[in-house]
Amino acid sequence: MEYSRVAIHFNERLRVWVMPKPLRIVIAKPGLDGHDRGAKVVARCLRDAGHEVIYTGLRRTPEQIVRTVMDEDADLLGLSSLSGAHGHLFPRTCQLLAEAELAHVVVFGGGIIPEEDRQSLFGAGMRAIFGPGTTSEEINSFVDEVSSRLQQNESIGSGEENDWRWGA
Amino acid sequence: MELDEAREGSRLALSRALTLVENGLSFNTEEDGMVIGVTGAPGVGKSCLVDRIATSLAKDGIKVAILAVDPSSPVSGGALLGDRIRMQSADVDDLIYMRSLATRGESGAVPSVIGNMASLLKECGWKHILVETVGSGQAEFRIAAVADTILLVEAPGRGDSIQAEKAGIIELVDLIAVNKSDLPQAEAAASDIEQALSAGSKDIPVMLVSAQTGDGVPELVQKILEAEGQSMTRPKWREKLNSEWMRQLNSHPELENILDRLEDGSLNLDEAITNLRR
Repeated sequence: MEYSRVAIHFNERLRVWVMPKPLRIVIAKPGLDGHDRGAKVVARCLRDAGHEVIYTGLRRTPEQIVRTVMDEDADLLGLSSLSGAHGHLFPRTCQLLAEAELAHVVVFGGGIIPEEDRQSLFGAGMRAIFGPGTTSEEINSFVDEVSSRLQQNESIGSGEENDWRWGA
Repeated sequence: MELDEAREGSRLALSRALTLVENGLSFNTEEDGMVIGVTGAPGVGKSCLVDRIATSLAKDGIKVAILAVDPSSPVSGGALLGDRIRMQSADVDDLIYMRSLATRGESGAVPSVIGNMASLLKECGWKHILVETVGSGQAEFRIAAVADTILLVEAPGRGDSIQAEKAGIIELVDLIAVNKSDLPQAEAAASDIEQALSAGSKDIPVMLVSAQTGDGVPELVQKILEAEGQSMTRPKWREKLNSEWMRQLNSHPELENILDRLEDGSLNLDEAITNLRR
């Protein structure tokens, strides 16, 4: 059984159609802050764009989030933090994803992330950071762009070498 | 080779293989296992109770997989799958595997791919499988297509005793758990249900549990494990047939194309069905 992240194809060897699938996106809240309005709005906006969104709920550890991404076979992971702990939690999650053979998962973030912190998060493998005031259109454009890059077999996962990032 | 690795116990490979099956790949197995369907109306506490049951099984060293279903949007096709919020044990315990599923193009409470996904889990060593339905209430018969044992979750304050007299899922269940036993009306609700059932021929245990406190959960798990499992009766075959028919329809390569043509009027319903049968 060959695994493919690309939608709609006929598997020649198995002689079956593999159906187009919606993107599966985990939205997670690492750390201790209890503010998830933003995460819920993003989850809702992605749902309305036709994706399957798995919301973890509040206060998850990076280890729990990686387990969720693995069990759910997610294509993307969105991390939300408003507590100021993003500098530790986001890169740690990316690192654990890579260790769990989930380097292909595309990771983006949101919340209160100061401009000067963003370069190091991109360096850790994140592909986008969204701050307050981001429109749902922008988030959908980002996910559409990710989707088309994945369909062209581009390696844009958090643990894959690629300079691409949103808004660069 | 995802399947070989999944058989050898790779969790990652299992996840990927489940995705293939969810997307339409057919899979059957000869392996034995126990599929426990958990159904009941929204808000009765299915997710919390499933979490408790899974934790209790895992504590005894039993591997348990959870397939939790939430509805897809009929408009966008997207879904917000929120069962993990109440199933935190799945995030840490190696003996628990949890997968969220959307109903996708189907209107039922139990997507037709579940049977195949359960087969794959059994093949990979996950013999105890909890399937949590959407919870649209009385019309959840489809769970009978896959479940060996059906647990109906009820809660106090959900209507008078006549609710339990209505035809529906209650005729197919093996066990009833009245959740929220920490609330005052729980015992009254349980005895209403018991009275309604007493007129029937089947002996269905009604148990008081609290997913909140954990009270009654060990006894419930014991009963679940003791359940003999349903034999394949005519109503079950009907649901299985319906479900497989639906699965084949929904994984038909021409389906989206035919929907497009129905929408723009270039095909009528009879022609669409003829095309799908080809």
